[in-house]
Amino acid sequence: MSLEVSMVKITIDGKYYEAKPEKNLLETCLSLGIDIPHFCFHPAMGSVGACRLCAVKKFRDKDDTKGRIVMSCMEPVTEGLIVSVDDPEAKAFRASIIESLMTNHPHDCPVCDEGGECHLQDMTVMTGHNYRRYDFPKRTYNNQELGPFISHEMNRCIQCYRCVRFYRDYAGGKDLNVFASRNNVYFGRHEDGPLENEFSGNLIEVCPTGVFTDKTLSKHFTRKWDLSNAPSVCVHCSVGCNTIISERYGSLRRIMSRYNGAVNGYFICDRGRFGYEFINDEKRIKTAQIRSNKDGIAEPVDNERLFAILDQSLSKDKNIIGIGSPRASLESNFALISLVGRENFYHGISKKEFLLTKTISEFLQNKSVRTPSLKQIEKADAILVLGEDLTNTAPMIALALRQATRNVPDEEAKKKGIPSWNDAPLRVLAQDARSPVFIATPFIDSLDVIAESIFRATPQDIANLGYSIAQKLDDRAPDSNTEKKDLKDLAGKIALSLKNAKNPLIISGISYGDEAIIHAALNITMALLSNGSNVMLSMVLPECNSMGLSLLPGKSFEDADLLGENKEIDTLVVLENDLFRRADENSVNELFKKSRQVIVLDHLSNRTTQKADILLPAATYAGSEGTIVNNEGRAQRYYKAIENKNQIKESWQWIRDFIKVRDTNHIVSWNRFDDIADSLANELPLFSKLKNYMPGADFRMLNTKIPRQTIRYSGRTAMNANIAVSETKLSQDHDSPLAFSMEGQPENPPSSLVPFYWVPGWNSVQAMYNYLDEPGGSMKGGDPGVRLFESAEEGNHIYFKHKAQITVVQKDEWLIVPVYQIFGSDELSSASTSILQRIHEPFVLMNKKDADIITVKDGDTVQLEILKIKLKVKVKIGKSIVQGLAGLSVNLPGMPFIDIPGRGKFHKL
Amino acid sequence: MKYVFIIAGVLLIALTIAAGLIWVERRLLSVWQDRLGPNRVGPFGLGQVVADTIKLFFKEDWVPPFSDRPVFVLAPGILMVTILLTFAVVPFGPNFYVYDSNIGILFFLGNSSLGVYSIVLGGWASNNKYSLIGAMRASAQMLTYEVFMGLSLMGVVMMADSFSFCKIVEAQKGGWFFIPQFIGFIVFFIAGIAETHRLPFDIPEAEGELIAGYHSEYSGMKFGMFFVGEYLGVTLISALIATLFFGGWLGPSFLPPVFWFLFKTFFFICVFILLRASLPRPRYDQLMELGWKVLLPLALLNLLVTGAILIFLK
Amino acid sequence: MISILRSMWLTFLHVFHKTETVEYPEVKPYLAPRYRGRIVLTRDAEKKERCVACYLCAAACPVDCISLQATEDKEGRRYPEFFRINFSRCIFCGFCEEACPTYAIQLIPDFEMAEYDRQNMVYEKEHLLISGEGKYPGYDFYKNAGVDMGVKGKGEGDNEEKPVDVKELLP
Repeated sequence: MSLEVSMVKITIDGKYYEAKPEKNLLETCLSLGIDIPHFCFHPAMGSVGACRLCAVKKFRDKDDTKGRIVMSCMEPVTEGLIVSVDDPEAKAFRASIIESLMTNHPHDCPVCDEGGECHLQDMTVMTGHNYRRYDFPKRTYNNQELGPFISHEMNRCIQCYRCVRFYRDYAGGKDLNVFASRNNVYFGRHEDGPLENEFSGNLIEVCPTGVFTDKTLSKHFTRKWDLSNAPSVCVHCSVGCNTIISERYGSLRRIMSRYNGAVNGYFICDRGRFGYEFINDEKRIKTAQIRSNKDGIAEPVDNERLFAILDQSLSKDKNIIGIGSPRASLESNFALISLVGRENFYHGISKKEFLLTKTISEFLQNKSVRTPSLKQIEKADAILVLGEDLTNTAPMIALALRQATRNVPDEEAKKKGIPSWNDAPLRVLAQDARSPVFIATPFIDSLDVIAESIFRATPQDIANLGYSIAQKLDDRAPDSNTEKKDLKDLAGKIALSLKNAKNPLIISGISYGDEAIIHAALNITMALLSNGSNVMLSMVLPECNSMGLSLLPGKSFEDADLLGENKEIDTLVVLENDLFRRADENSVNELFKKSRQVIVLDHLSNRTTQKADILLPAATYAGSEGTIVNNEGRAQRYYKAIENKNQIKESWQWIRDFIKVRDTNHIVSWNRFDDIADSLANELPLFSKLKNYMPGADFRMLNTKIPRQTIRYSGRTAMNANIAVSETKLSQDHDSPLAFSMEGQPENPPSSLVPFYWVPGWNSVQAMYNYLDEPGGSMKGGDPGVRLFESAEEGNHIYFKHKAQITVVQKDEWLIVPVYQIFGSDELSSASTSILQRIHEPFVLMNKKDADIITVKDGDTVQLEILKIKLKVKVKIGKSIVQGLAGLSVNLPGMPFIDIPGRGKFHKL
Repeated sequence: MKYVFIIAGVLLIALTIAAGLIWVERRLLSVWQDRLGPNRVGPFGLGQVVADTIKLFFKEDWVPPFSDRPVFVLAPGILMVTILLTFAVVPFGPNFYVYDSNIGILFFLGNSSLGVYSIVLGGWASNNKYSLIGAMRASAQMLTYEVFMGLSLMGVVMMADSFSFCKIVEAQKGGWFFIPQFIGFIVFFIAGIAETHRLPFDIPEAEGELIAGYHSEYSGMKFGMFFVGEYLGVTLISALIATLFFGGWLGPSFLPPVFWFLFKTFFFICVFILLRASLPRPRYDQLMELGWKVLLPLALLNLLVTGAILIFLK
Repeated sequence: MISILRSMWLTFLHVFHKTETVEYPEVKPYLAPRYRGRIVLTRDAEKKERCVACYLCAAACPVDCISLQATEDKEGRRYPEFFRINFSRCIFCGFCEEACPTYAIQLIPDFEMAEYDRQNMVYEKEHLLISGEGKYPGYDFYKNAGVDMGVKGKGEGDNEEKPVDVKELLP
């Protein structure tokens, strides 16, 4: 993006404006605050001029009084352009378009989930169409069952084509299309069934009316105006998409994407959108419980008794060990460090994950490599994905990759004079031309369709490919020890492509647990850096705060000095972590056995909480404030939407109380969140940037806090009247600048504190225009989040040595490699009822020939024996998997921890 | 012993009338406003008086923490005492009076001046801006109207040649003074309304602008004393009008003199209430203007003419 | 002066006027059918709840005294899971009735709802629901709406065409 943009002068309704010439007129007007009704234009998808609603009048020159009606979304902004938005003819034209769309639109608004945040409602009001003259029969359609996430009501469709443009063109989905002809067109699947694309949830926001609505919301339906919202950050993968979480009557109702120009833009994936239901789960831990003896049953305990017990178990002479978590906030982990001391703080991740994450975070801190935001990923023009199934481990990166493939053809189109917003000609011109994407993964990958070359191999060969590429780019880099010709050829091709690109991008991650892959990816990056390339490196991590945790001091809890024989533990504090997902059962059990008292803080019941002697209810991310660091190194703060009732407290508050109990004279006096955030920034220099990067709890706009609720928020005097008719004082949020109230200035709070989008006249999510400096641009006042790695100094490139670590696979043994699933592999989201319906049974992926060897067919159940664990799994035959390699779905609910890659045997049942 | 009975009788009559006025006023006002008024408690709603009294007694006797406590408590008592003391010189019948003072009128004027203290102190002690404004208005209004209240009576005094109420009544045997002293009567009547700050001259209370003026902060029986004090004032002024201008107890002899006195008093009480029912409240400056620019000259003129005629007749 | 006496005289003459007061508990006043009194929830002709839990009444309520939660039955028909009106806050403005798109919520000519305990002024759905149709008989929202929520199938509504056959391409 060049800073020097030559501006052109245009005239709109007799007023002069300066505008950017690469934009279309509609975008320009919207960013200038001039409302033009529109349907089919979406900033992320460009214009196609299909709905005809954004009509304005264009004049040839100053003497032209008649003018002609043009579609503003198809009108490039040129020097001296004269248009009128308020022209009576243009207005009448727009009203007539709405009227004709309305002839078939049903009288559904009261039972339509879109009502109150409907773009069509807004546009109807905006154009002034208020009376239906047409009273002939309305067209109807039959609906489809589209799975657990999305409801379908085709009658409401206004044929703007936004859904298929998003689903097919933008997100690469295959199973939503447009059928039939003329005024009968139908948007749906070829048959009933769940929408398969991982981004189908965005149809809810993309659809300007109520054709696609949130099925999880309709189970506890609430209008937008009744929701109490807070800005949050998605915790279901390491990308850290920004979300708006919404509460009503104490339960979380839905999640919408929150715009962040640098991260997720307009969209989020389905795991993030529908993974919230665990928060309302009946199985949530709501009371503090204690177990008097190791095998007894946990019983609820009141605060007085609880603190009497804590007084003993946390007393000063006790030796306390703390285990942190990659899904807890920086502040909660830091509070635990303050309680137990740095030497007693352990990261609650496996030794392998700890090492790999540490390698990555240290590399990113010390080398002057760019970690791209999703926005920058979208700008890459040559991409190498080295051993990471992005669609399942970091779905939004996969979506960004799909956009990046358009950069090379779009560059070509620009030469032919087609502007970047003019979507249809761009796609026609591009045909199958794409920016080069190279994918090296063991199994079939949904990004394969956009790849120039696909390399299907074992993790070792993927690493070998990486080393070879690095060696081709820079002779000093160590070569792989493989002699495979096709691998070498491909490496040469990829190296050339990366070398020639302006913005090459390397994506890798730790999901295959292979150190060599990571070293290879880092070697390629260093090799490109030494070539002077503008390379970007994006490393996918397993959890939302994996990066943040790795920046904190401490070792893995699997480390010998914790699990070793002679370690004495009086009290073990486990913070928001199910250790049975992190290490094998025996060693975790061993750890619990030698701890005299185990204190666990968590939200959902799991195997670790069942072992707790003292179990404390911790608020979920929806009920707490915290900072998490995404894989890019961007620290982002989330806020609570739910008030914590009864004994539920935020983890940092629990641990603060522990500190008070343990040491009554302790200097730490964290009264509110700002205090702990400040101590974190003061004590750990790496986080000094976090100091005051967010408005503190004392922040006020027009002397009020920022309201979480809309000005239409209803039922204040009745919602608790069944309990007591006297209204209680509004609950206060002392930790944040947001208030549990409708009082205050609802428009344009600081960009990181936007609880919902609303502008007078714009009730739908399209109200976002008012919060951005331009459609698709940055938030006004800068995109939220602070990047921790920005100031990295020029490092010297010491290449990682190539390690020959060939797993010897015996005959009748297979190399078992993990397969991640967007739905199921994440701990918290897989407790959501809607996601649960999309989770597969545990399965193994294998080659057809391998299946023949053990004489099984697709869909059969086999027994897998791996590391002494026996599992019954379904067989899935996958194409192009190399022989001797099998993929095992991991982390699915109910599955034990298995330390793979490893060798396993199949037994036919 | 006789005095004890008379004092008890006077107190009984005065307080009964004052209390009964609560009911009378509400019923009369509603008659003139096409309503029914209190008619639920007891026969004709007469029990309302008792109910109201009980209510006042049982209300929390609250003294605002920000008030000047001793003065706050004292103020309503002053009003009651000054007005009840004046009743001592009012002749209910030829032999039915507590004390026939030869300076009865001066005693009345003196006591009514003291009544101002009650209101000013009550407003001041409340430590509330509305109360204070009410008290300030009351002091100005009552000082103003006292001036010609006294002057308006001087005609009567001249004609009766005495300050004693009994003598004045007896002097009216030949004809009630309201004919020769018509102007005096009008001026005294208006001044009487202002002295008792009844509607239309209830500017110190003026609920529309001052909440309840000087007694905003009062509740329970302290408020009740202001309340009863006002009705006592109305009764007193009515009794004095009857005494000074309408021949007091004089009347046809088929009924006892006390009855005539009470009848005339009650008539003027009704006129007071009728005034309240029909007239709006003037503005404060209009009230002062009327006092100083119209009524004072009128009273002086009346005095001049009466004096001249009396000298001429001698 | 004259005008003052005149107005006193006119006031006095009211002694002979008829009193307007209605002695309420003994004599019941006439209330017009559209009198805005107690709020009820009505049912349609098939005795099913008319309320579709659209939240418009709650949004229209100036004192925010209506709260409800939508839910769906097996056939997808929307209805309120709970519907609560806090009558100790209600000002009987009738906005909820005007906002209601289904004639479910209606204000009726009944105001005798005083209580000694304020908690009893909180009415839940079972207190609000009546078995009749109230002031607007015969209206059924689901027959006019496009949705299929178990009342009528697609294209069977009052003013609807048969559902489009997607596989047909005839002009």
